[in-house]
Amino acid sequence: MGMRKVAVVGAGMTKFVRRAQETAKELCWEAARLALDSSELTMDDIETVCLGTAPDAFDGVHMNGEYLSDGAGAWRKPYMRSYVGGGTGVFVPIQGWYHIASGLFDTCLVVAEEKMSSYYPHAQAAFLTIFDHTTERPLKPNLLWIFALEMNRYMHTYGISKEDIARVAVKNKRNAADHPSALLGDPNITVEDVLNSEVLAWPVNRFDVSPVSDGAVAIILAAEHVAKRITDKPVWIEGVGWNLDTAHWTNRDLAYPRYVEYAARMAYDMAGIREPRKEINIVEPYDPFDYKELHHLEGLLLADRGKAPQLVADGVTNRDGDMPVCPSGGLLGVGNPIAAAGLMKIAELFWQLRGEAGKRQVPGQPKRGLAQAWGDLMQVGTVVIMGR
Amino acid sequence: MTADHQDFPGTPLSEKDFEQGNVLFRHDEMRGQYAWDTGIAIGRYLQALREGVILGAYCRHCRKTVVPPRSVCEWCFRPMHEFVPLQDTGTVNTFSLCYVTWDVKRIQEPEIPAVIEIDGASPLHGIMHKLGEVNPQDVHIGMRVQAAWKEPEERQGAITDILYFKPIEE
Amino acid sequence: MKTPDKYPHVPTAWQDSLPVTSRYTVGLAGERFFRSIKDEGRIMGTYCPECDRTYVPAAIFCERCMSKLDQWVDVGTTGEIHTFTLLYTNYDGTPREDPEAIVLVKFGDGGLIHRLAEVDLEKVSIGMEVEAVFKPAAERQGSILDISHFRPLKE
Repeated sequence: MGMRKVAVVGAGMTKFVRRAQETAKELCWEAARLALDSSELTMDDIETVCLGTAPDAFDGVHMNGEYLSDGAGAWRKPYMRSYVGGGTGVFVPIQGWYHIASGLFDTCLVVAEEKMSSYYPHAQAAFLTIFDHTTERPLKPNLLWIFALEMNRYMHTYGISKEDIARVAVKNKRNAADHPSALLGDPNITVEDVLNSEVLAWPVNRFDVSPVSDGAVAIILAAEHVAKRITDKPVWIEGVGWNLDTAHWTNRDLAYPRYVEYAARMAYDMAGIREPRKEINIVEPYDPFDYKELHHLEGLLLADRGKAPQLVADGVTNRDGDMPVCPSGGLLGVGNPIAAAGLMKIAELFWQLRGEAGKRQVPGQPKRGLAQAWGDLMQVGTVVIMGR
Repeated sequence: MTADHQDFPGTPLSEKDFEQGNVLFRHDEMRGQYAWDTGIAIGRYLQALREGVILGAYCRHCRKTVVPPRSVCEWCFRPMHEFVPLQDTGTVNTFSLCYVTWDVKRIQEPEIPAVIEIDGASPLHGIMHKLGEVNPQDVHIGMRVQAAWKEPEERQGAITDILYFKPIEE
Repeated sequence: MKTPDKYPHVPTAWQDSLPVTSRYTVGLAGERFFRSIKDEGRIMGTYCPECDRTYVPAAIFCERCMSKLDQWVDVGTTGEIHTFTLLYTNYDGTPREDPEAIVLVKFGDGGLIHRLAEVDLEKVSIGMEVEAVFKPAAERQGSILDISHFRPLKE
């Protein structure tokens, strides 16, 4: 298609914490610094920078992209900031990818950062702004509403129980106990713990949700000829896809994320994948809520509609199963700084496919992974497929 | 890399660190005051609500009726052909029982947000609102409901001119 | 487009506000920078040996080469006016009778924005040497306002 091959050659991240002392700029720098060190590069080697971070209202800073640019190493470089809700963490590497695939640049530093704790007293209140100002905000809606409404519809449509869904939270939080940056890892959590946790907005309980966090992640992308000089284990970006559904969320089918399917198809086509269930070895779908992992697995065509819970119950999605899902621990286990969470999944695939994921390593030398994120008003699907 | 690297940066704080003055910080507030033009479509929607009517919009090309109304059809990108008064009854597509307010305060009696497919609109087309005059345990997907309106003289031309949706008496 | 004609007029704009309240930590660099102002009445910068630059306010990283900075430097409390402006309106847009002078004072390779007072506004000029005037130690809180204003250095 006339596009150049692009590889991920380095990655770094901060811990995901409830509230960090570091300023947002310092978080960016910490992640970027580790990414540079991991690939033994300096800022002189980096030609362009792409950054993803949540809307300015959350930070109370006008033009947050520009504000964070120093921490992202963008001084005197071509620089862009993107934001598509939670989908950002998997979109900003796509943005970096096309900077290089187009032939315009050879290297790109990609940073995703979130400091949600600045919003005081609780970042959830900031999400009031996600609702339409005239037709919805007067009802004083709560971010939890839309997820609870979607979860209920999904459960009802396919006859899925809360127990089926709680298994995902258990799997991910247990996986996260092996992630050094994780906020919510718990090696002993059980389905009962999840079902007995406080009801926030039925059917959503406290342990069904990943709470807001602070953190930053950075990766380095390079064109083929440069990547081969930097490392003998480049991880290639084989397919990308993104898609957006209507903002009129009350006018669509909430039980199935079609926008995730369309984004996935775009990525599968590009990667030449005909049978995703056989060809993808590790999946990192977006899991801010446990039911979302299931919802997204179906949208990614990795499970039939309504059948993803069976995969979890059968152990197929465990780290040592046939199709490991969220070996990192996902958002439920590691934490949920909006833009950084998706990029954490990309970094995880980078380490997994190189055999560098330590205690989280998926056995069997996985060759191909897929990361997916989702955001805005449940509208955007972003997908990246990586392979060795 | 993570096989070797165990010590990721990041300095976690607790609320006590703030209370005890272990770290310096400051409070700030954004002054964002807005007057959003309601526009052609939503402007009519609000006017209709004041009259006790839920308005939709119809696209002849796609043969679908959407609610709330909009000026352009999202599917074919043509102007919507007409505004159509819909019924004020509908079916619960999904609902939740929420025990937390938008600014994270716990409440005893749950609010019941729902997506209600409005009669007269195309299938799966509805609006978000709340349910009322109903026992939370009795709410179910598929339940038939109708709008409970404010008195005409109290209506302003807002979504809150409908107080909530309540079960239709059989 | 056909519209029902009988709906009466309602306001054509919906009014509301954005409820954004924040609590910002000063950060790793800010912690030492502001505590130096508060506890010692000193303005600090950090030096990057790679780029030969001194950052004021202090930062823990160099934005040019992304190195970690751990050389802290006392940059003194006097500096040159790099630029200034006279404000004839208040923060809320209402007019002021007596203009307020706002200056950028050079420290290291950076500087601080602050108020200039105890000065004849006609005589303010770029290049003028000014010094920081600190609040009494007991009133300082670890904020840029612990410096109450800048004033011209006495000849």
